[in-house]
Amino acid sequence: MTTDATPKLAAPIRRRGIEAARAQQALWLLLPTLIAIALVAGYPLYRTIFFSLFDANLTTPDERTFLGIGNFWFTTAEGVQLGFLQDPKWWEAVKNTMLFTVVSVFLETVFGMIIALVVNTAFPGRAFLRTAMLVPWAIPTVVSAQMWGYMYNDSFGLIGRGLLGGQALLANTDSAIWALIAVDVWKTTSFMALLILAGLQSLPTDMYEAADMDGATKWTQFWRMTLPLLRPALLVALVFRSLDALRVFDVMYVMLGPVNAGSTSMTGYARLQLIDNSLLGVGSAVSVAIFVIIMVIVVMYVTAFRVKFD
Amino acid sequence: MKKAIAIIGLTAVIAANSQAAAVTVTLACGAVGQELELCKAGADRWAKKTGNTVKIFESPNLTNDRLGLYQQQLAAKSSDIDVYQLDVVWPGLLSQHFVDLKTKVPAAEVNQHFKGIVAANTVNGKLVALPWFTDAGLLYYRTDLLTKYGYKTAPKTWAEMAAMAKKIQDGEQKTNKSFTGFVWQGKNYEGLTCNALEWVVSFGGGTIIDDKGNVTINNARAAAALDAAASWVKSVSPAGVTTYGEEEARGIFQSGNAAFMRNWPYAWALGQGDDSKIKGKIGVAPLPSGTGGKPAATLGGWQLGVSTYSKNQATAISLVRYLAGPEEQKIRAIEGTYNPTIERLYKDQAILKANPFFGSLLSVFTNAVARPSGPTKSKYNQVSQAFSSAVSDVLNGKSKGAAAVAKLSTDLARIKGRGW
Repeated sequence: MTTDATPKLAAPIRRRGIEAARAQQALWLLLPTLIAIALVAGYPLYRTIFFSLFDANLTTPDERTFLGIGNFWFTTAEGVQLGFLQDPKWWEAVKNTMLFTVVSVFLETVFGMIIALVVNTAFPGRAFLRTAMLVPWAIPTVVSAQMWGYMYNDSFGLIGRGLLGGQALLANTDSAIWALIAVDVWKTTSFMALLILAGLQSLPTDMYEAADMDGATKWTQFWRMTLPLLRPALLVALVFRSLDALRVFDVMYVMLGPVNAGSTSMTGYARLQLIDNSLLGVGSAVSVAIFVIIMVIVVMYVTAFRVKFD
Repeated sequence: MKKAIAIIGLTAVIAANSQAAAVTVTLACGAVGQELELCKAGADRWAKKTGNTVKIFESPNLTNDRLGLYQQQLAAKSSDIDVYQLDVVWPGLLSQHFVDLKTKVPAAEVNQHFKGIVAANTVNGKLVALPWFTDAGLLYYRTDLLTKYGYKTAPKTWAEMAAMAKKIQDGEQKTNKSFTGFVWQGKNYEGLTCNALEWVVSFGGGTIIDDKGNVTINNARAAAALDAAASWVKSVSPAGVTTYGEEEARGIFQSGNAAFMRNWPYAWALGQGDDSKIKGKIGVAPLPSGTGGKPAATLGGWQLGVSTYSKNQATAISLVRYLAGPEEQKIRAIEGTYNPTIERLYKDQAILKANPFFGSLLSVFTNAVARPSGPTKSKYNQVSQAFSSAVSDVLNGKSKGAAAVAKLSTDLARIKGRGW
């Protein structure tokens, strides 16, 4: 027994030594990347959190006074509420961003799935169609938003004048949010379709042949086989799109202008405070809040659906 | 290798040349209407005279967008732009980034401009910029349509204007579905602040915030003014008027699809251009007054300032002095209806011939109402934003005038916070 035990003990020790050495080597190889991340992501993040605690002006950031959480929540002795969390406009922006995210991501997933299923079947000209469907996604958002802005115009626009007979959808933030969702769905559905298509193509074809032999209908095949197998790819696509939608900025800014964009998107509100009002402190505080909101949603997604990114 | 030597040689020659002869300065021009062309032409005239080169930086159309861009440039202490075109409400906001022109420009040259505008450009004794052109809101109308529907003069009150617009609109829509009565700037931005200030002042509702910094907007007359404006939307103005800036309104008026328009003087020269459908059919009058008030026009206008981060300050100042000088202001007044800031140019026959209304409306320009940028200092933009958002809510039917001004005064107290 004793003679048996010694080599068994020695082996793991030696292996651990190699692993430790490898781990150390890996750390050295990772170091440049970590330094790069610290410089380009860590430092700006640190500065943002830092400025969120100060009363500072964008044009003179060096003259600042410490406020603590005053940028977030502060009520003066006279009952004047100064924190941005006490500003109804911020909550309107949060509400609209959430609505925008939920509705547009849902529609994009459904339409994307339909398009992916169609493009996944064999038919002549399929390769061309796959490339062509990416055109809306390839146009820069600023350009497509301006284009849609013209189409929504009530006096000469294709939609505003032609379809709606002179209604101004963009005049009111309540109706504008639906017009913006339409633009986003038009633009990003093809991207969603592409992600789902990639997932579809990794599914084994022989499984469908077997199902056909067993007499399963296409409908059953979709619900019982395609959808469950597609789940990992679909969830990754969902997370990416949701994060993109939560950070939406350009569509609102181009189509509604800086002031109204501030009550339709959280990032628009941050920009309004930071740039238009040159409130460096408040703008940073809003950015920190957006960071926290997005982080919480990511954690919820990942834990609830057990998303694996690899 | 040969290529490399050639490139190095060429760069050396270019570098040597630019050092010896001339300097390149960058000028930020607006692009509303003819602004860009006139700005380029003026800069070229100066360049030809001095042998320097001017690079034009095209700015966004909406003043809010422009300010955002400029603030980023200035905060980064960027030397990319040497000469900035500044809105009349910005000097208080941006003064620390500009060269004090009081010490660089002879006093006689500064004093030829209107005193009020020079005062607006002076912050704590520092002359931030030289006045380039002044602006005030005007009422444009179609002389042919007024005659057609039996009116002899332009409307004196807003109610009269609305009634006239309604009658003309109803008549014209029989043959032209796109015709509308009155177009103005209703998009939620600085332009709406200018429009709405005119309504409020003309109804006797004060200037949002008085000279001492007290919030005065919460009063019945201001509320009545906003309600009156809201009643125009969808009746005499198109539903989309709440998405229009200056250029959108001008587009509709100039294509012959509106009876009245509120706009700045620049729209006159363009409306009289050869490609305009309403050439020779435009009348200009002071804006109407409200019940129990007197007509009011918001003071606008642009100035030229030299960035302290400019690497060629002396040359940039020479460019500013030329552009703001009488010779250039005269050309701009004749070709683009840009109101001179130099008093004696209003007696110039060539200018009066091109813009017949300049003489009769001189009092509109000289008595224009200033936005409260003086008392609110660096917080003016927030004040203007809160005001235009409140007005926008009334125009879109989200709230009534009285509720809106009450909420606005709370918002303004919030913005005032620890003081202006």
